[in-house]
Amino acid sequence: MGHDSNHTPAHYIRIWGVLCVLLVISILGPELEIQVVTLITAFGIAFVKAYLVIKHFMHFNTEKPIIWYMMITGFALMVVFVAGTAPDVHNHDGARWSNTASKAWIEQQMIAGEAGAEHHGGDHAADGDHAEGDDHAHDEGAKGADHGEAAGH
Amino acid sequence: MSEAVDAHSDAHGHDGHDHHHHEPTFTEKYIFPLDHKYIAMQYLLTGMAMALFGGFFAYAFRMQLAWPGSDIPFFGHMSPAEYNAAVTNHGTIMIFWVAMPVLIAAFGNFLIPLMVGADDMVFPRLNRLSYQIFLLSAIVLIASLFVPGGGFGGAWTAYPPLSAEQTYNLTPAGSTMWLIAVALEFVAFLIGGINFIVTAMNARAPGMTWKDVPMVVWMICIASILFMASVGPLIAGAVMLLFDQTMGTGFFDANRGGDPILWQHLFWFFGHPEVYVVLLPATGMVAEVITVFSRKKLFGYRLILLTAVGTGVLSFFVWAHHQFVAGIDPRMANVFTITTVLISIPIAEMMFLYIGTLYGGSIRFTTPMLWALGFIFAFLIGGVTGIPLGASGTDIYFHDSYFVVAHFHFTFFPIAFMGTFTGLTFWFPKMFGRMMNETLGKIHFAGTFISFHGIFLPLFLLGFAGQHRRIYDYTHFPELALSGLQDIRVMATISLLTLLAFQVIFVFNFFYSMFKGEKAGRNPWKSNTLEWITPSPPGHGNFEGNFPTVYRGPYEYSVPGRDEDYWPQNEPT
Amino acid sequence: MAMKPLANLRSATGVSTQKLALYWLLVSEVVIFGGVLCSYLMHRLAHPEWAFQAAHTNTMAGSINTVVLLTSSLFAVLAHAAAERGEGKKAANYLYATTAGGGLFLVIKGFEWTKEISHGYTISSDTFWSFYYTAAGIHASHVVAGMLCMLWVANTVRKDVELHRVEIVGLYWHFVDIVWIFLFPLLYIAK
Repeated sequence: MGHDSNHTPAHYIRIWGVLCVLLVISILGPELEIQVVTLITAFGIAFVKAYLVIKHFMHFNTEKPIIWYMMITGFALMVVFVAGTAPDVHNHDGARWSNTASKAWIEQQMIAGEAGAEHHGGDHAADGDHAEGDDHAHDEGAKGADHGEAAGH
Repeated sequence: MSEAVDAHSDAHGHDGHDHHHHEPTFTEKYIFPLDHKYIAMQYLLTGMAMALFGGFFAYAFRMQLAWPGSDIPFFGHMSPAEYNAAVTNHGTIMIFWVAMPVLIAAFGNFLIPLMVGADDMVFPRLNRLSYQIFLLSAIVLIASLFVPGGGFGGAWTAYPPLSAEQTYNLTPAGSTMWLIAVALEFVAFLIGGINFIVTAMNARAPGMTWKDVPMVVWMICIASILFMASVGPLIAGAVMLLFDQTMGTGFFDANRGGDPILWQHLFWFFGHPEVYVVLLPATGMVAEVITVFSRKKLFGYRLILLTAVGTGVLSFFVWAHHQFVAGIDPRMANVFTITTVLISIPIAEMMFLYIGTLYGGSIRFTTPMLWALGFIFAFLIGGVTGIPLGASGTDIYFHDSYFVVAHFHFTFFPIAFMGTFTGLTFWFPKMFGRMMNETLGKIHFAGTFISFHGIFLPLFLLGFAGQHRRIYDYTHFPELALSGLQDIRVMATISLLTLLAFQVIFVFNFFYSMFKGEKAGRNPWKSNTLEWITPSPPGHGNFEGNFPTVYRGPYEYSVPGRDEDYWPQNEPT
Repeated sequence: MAMKPLANLRSATGVSTQKLALYWLLVSEVVIFGGVLCSYLMHRLAHPEWAFQAAHTNTMAGSINTVVLLTSSLFAVLAHAAAERGEGKKAANYLYATTAGGGLFLVIKGFEWTKEISHGYTISSDTFWSFYYTAAGIHASHVVAGMLCMLWVANTVRKDVELHRVEIVGLYWHFVDIVWIFLFPLLYIAK
């Protein structure tokens, strides 16, 4: 039932160590604030970690192929789902259509969010420079921003 | 087991006792059974009871449509809200609480262990639990009809914002309970499905290779896999909708950062494979019956299996044909049109293979055979009428019209009812040890088959005339209030009343024959498959301790050189 | 002790019945979590303003929870190794440790959520938070289910019977861990 060396506690602890190191890298990566680096460290590493757990903890490579086919089918179906849905949900503009409600919401929230962020930074003078509707939007954003100021993390 | 199987369980969630070696008590045998045959009966009877509710709603709303505003006998005056609730719950009940439990859970439970030569399902306690959850879901659904505000009326598709906002649907309690009932039903079938799949895959008799398995077993197995792989996103969506309904979230509200079309995609990603989930078991049963009653091998066993698998796979790529006019991107509509038109091919080819099976056979027109033939005929019409709906150009006209209603009833009714009657009339002797009355069976078939066409063929005409769905009174629309169209509506309703009347014959035949029917031997139809070597009905453990070994495929009929025109799978060569 | 039907002991595919069943369960779970996570992902990419909300997630708590779950997965596989050697009591102890890890995960999450809710980030305050609580909540409910199964299995195997169940429940736990491995960057790092 598989190689004995792959079933020893020492082996599992080694894999666990690798997983923890990968976790640290994935947390530090975004600190560099380069988007590509964030993508690779946060998500790329997620795939690597998942692969390690699947291969070493779940012993996938010694399982019968049927198991592998079953699981890959599940993932493949998710890809199909996203492929069919994203053109409507991810996009807000398409061939001869436009999701004005979502676009209006996003714009309103971006204004409020930026106002909140500047408020967070303590720059009150900038408040008056925002576009129309900002009082209402600012209030909504301020609710989050005030709490955000207090929370930090 | 010739006593009435009163298997309605009021208690749910009880784990029951372990299975001891003593004779089971009445409670252990009928209320909390572990034996797959009894659990099958529980599903069957619950499904039949729910069909009464679903059928009653159809009766009520068709009466309203034929004679708008009149008092409906046994119902009273129907308000628009009640109409919507009737239409919604008719659809929901028929799909989730009639078609699925009867075709998959009842027949799957009864047939799979017997046909693969096993003593029970691989996980009897999980099997029992799945029924208990299913029963709970049925109770919650029926309860949702009686709460203040009434039952949910937002269509079985439950699109938000109507389904999410009680200010729109006016049925806050009913909507939430409906959703919870559906979610529980999904859980029940996820758990149950594991049993069907693993038993079919693993528990086969020695010598039974994959191509020796009877087609109905594969079909139920594939249907369970399809269900399992497609329902996940809808479960996610149902949780989101539940939170929208009860916790003020805005998952499907574009004015709050959500998107209503996401629900539609989540729903139909499941909704389309779902129709194949119910179709495949019905075609499986038809395959069993046409081989036995034409004394011929199944024409193209491997091809039929490949078709079923291929259709299942393809069914995941067609879902947005339900959303052509909902505002999806037109470029995606092109993609889905192509895939949808493609998927009509394999199932049509499967029907042709069935016709090929019949060709040249020694046909016996027993009641099960009549139902099987009726299924093939009616389903072909249903399938063909799906093509103008699958092509986005014509669907722009037909969407949400009665053409759609007629199309899906020409597919669903053959699946849910003709398929069920095929299976019930065929396996009744094995289930109850007695034969059903053939004359009553034939009368029931003729009456049902003809009146079914009387209901739904006219509905195509209404669709051509542009009649929309889900309207409670068409006399409000001048162009639809024409007397010719209203005559069609009346005719459809009268046909429905006729159909319902003929079902009394079946119910009488079913229950009367259980006690007083002619006693059946082990194999009254002279069939090859393993369930027919057991006693009728099979006892606990099914094979009396002598588990069969399999030597050949299930359809070796009329093999040249043999005395008999059938050759059971377990007979040594 | 329940009698298993003969059907349970056969294996035409070569994979044990229990393992085959569990993997079918995992297939259905992949599409359930896939549905939630894909819906979240599509929205996240479409709504840049969520960055303002996502900034308030507690990356420290998320990171600690990731270590907790990874460690509990380690205990789960050590339990499997012990069960393979026939050491029922040791396997049970490792399973108890795994369960404790799950419990710690829930406790940390409890603190994390309490803080966020008290600051006004509730499930209905913004759709980002709706997805956050729903996705993590569905995951947490699977953690609870896993813990209960693990306790039940541990109580059985410490009597040195039904040792094969350790691997089965461990496989489920690894799956729950893998879901978190993807949830973590999606909810905490994608800011």
